Amino acid sequence: MSNYRVVIGLEIHLQLATRTKVFCGCSNEFGGEPNTHSCPVCLGMPGVLPVFNRQVLEYALRLARALSSNVSERCRFVRKNYFYPDLPKGYQISQFHECLAYGGAVEIDVAGTTKRIHLDRIQIEEDAGKSLHSEDSHMEDTLVDVNRCGTPLLEIISKPTPGSPDCVYDPSVYLNSPDEAITYWVKLRQLTRYLGISECNMEEGNMRADANISIWDEARGSFGTKTEIKNLNSFKFAHRALTQEIARHIEILSGGGKVKQETMLYDSATDTVAPMRSKEEAHDYRYFPEPDLVPVVITEELLAQVRKNVPELPDERRKRFVSQFGLTRDAADLLSAERALADYFEGVVKSGSEPRTAANWVMGDVLRETNARKVDVSIFPVSPARLAELIALVASGTINQNVAKDVFAVMVDSGKQASQIVEERGLAQISDESALEGVVAEVMGRFPGEVQRFRAGEVKLMGFFVGQVMKATKGRANPALVNDLVRKYLS
Amino acid sequence: MPVSREDVLHVAALARLEVAPEQVESFQRELGAILEHFQKLNELDTSNVEPTSHALALVNVFREDVPQPSLTQEEALANAPQKAFGHFRVPKVID
Repeated sequence: MSNYRVVIGLEIHLQLATRTKVFCGCSNEFGGEPNTHSCPVCLGMPGVLPVFNRQVLEYALRLARALSSNVSERCRFVRKNYFYPDLPKGYQISQFHECLAYGGAVEIDVAGTTKRIHLDRIQIEEDAGKSLHSEDSHMEDTLVDVNRCGTPLLEIISKPTPGSPDCVYDPSVYLNSPDEAITYWVKLRQLTRYLGISECNMEEGNMRADANISIWDEARGSFGTKTEIKNLNSFKFAHRALTQEIARHIEILSGGGKVKQETMLYDSATDTVAPMRSKEEAHDYRYFPEPDLVPVVITEELLAQVRKNVPELPDERRKRFVSQFGLTRDAADLLSAERALADYFEGVVKSGSEPRTAANWVMGDVLRETNARKVDVSIFPVSPARLAELIALVASGTINQNVAKDVFAVMVDSGKQASQIVEERGLAQISDESALEGVVAEVMGRFPGEVQRFRAGEVKLMGFFVGQVMKATKGRANPALVNDLVRKYLS
Repeated sequence: MPVSREDVLHVAALARLEVAPEQVESFQRELGAILEHFQKLNELDTSNVEPTSHALALVNVFREDVPQPSLTQEEALANAPQKAFGHFRVPKVID
């Protein structure tokens, strides 16, 4: 295995979360009754004119900036011609020679070190419709739903693109294993969610990938024949498909055979990769400039606008959480993973909480509740300011930590403020020494036997006495003070 | 500029056109004549001329991201030769 150096190129298709399609005003919402999101433009009727959605460009430029990709001053659309029933026009509007952006990188973590996976380009295109191929034989035909036709897509293409003449083997900038490929995909998903340009919902097919696999031929100094696996739509299946396909290449090569250039499909039911069986001829796309769409010139004004819409990205944010707030790397990782969660945490800190205390609350109670209730933290009933108020009540000694946990649970259910709950339920911590002295004396009076055993040296009963006092005060007593008073009583 | 029999059949296949065997030769001749005409244009020196893809000197025509009404399912399927369950029904494409 070590003699074979694997190179994987990923083309990721990202559906953008615009309200409308890329070239017409039809709704871009997922699903809907079949064939209810279409118009003459996306149905490819004669004489119609596509018009480019400004929001698509803005989103695309956000991603280009986040990936340090070089935005072209001028880009154009082309027609990619092929016949397939889910493509009513007979061509897909895409980009080819003059794409939106070139180069850039996605930084991934490989065994604790940062690896910059180089990108070839980012291009804008439209999605096709959906074909239903019925497995049960009562319906021999294919059914087509065009709702998805014209959904805006960004295609993010990682290097290498085998076949291009300047391609040299450089393992430090390419994806070299299924693990790296999935890490890259997950990272790209995190970034696009931060940018707010896609829902990145894997189940709804918001992110799909085609993968190129080839083995570097050391003797000839070139890439071996590549194969392409189409339409990978889950991390788990993509990992399996890549693993299978790499093994297949190596088996062929080690037996002295030659890999045939093919398009493959992964079948999750049988966990196998097999050549795509399609009546489509060998592709000859006959690209030509799209005459219905004028060129796009990227102005400095537009770029300035985009810069304002690109938030602090997860890597920077994670580092800042460590340096500014003194969080551990693991805590910073978790809290910066999703933008909404990071915003929530920072909201708590901005409302005055000590950062590490805030981090513990968010990673513990808040995440547990949001996960249990399957709600996004951005709509969690306890706002950052309200959580900060609760934390302040603990910090000031008004309530103790255990009571705070109970108050938090009430806040989640009732939507009330912490101070109100504490007041209504009389939960304020008892720190009045003379009041607690009375409680301690009363409790000790009930357990003369235990007191005797303690005095005879059974010191571990200390915890029992403190527990009884806490119970008698319904958990409201200041625990540190109870400790002192019990010790004093027994000495 | 000669156009081979294979060229004609390839282009026809890409365009999903059925060409009868006896028509191939005439298409070879006609397509060849068209390409020959372009050969003639190629005699011009255009090395200093930018390729043109649009007759208009227009750039940046956008629409705002505001939804417009779509066709109903009935309207969308009105011209479909075959339909089923609210879908376009077409011959099976995966064998």
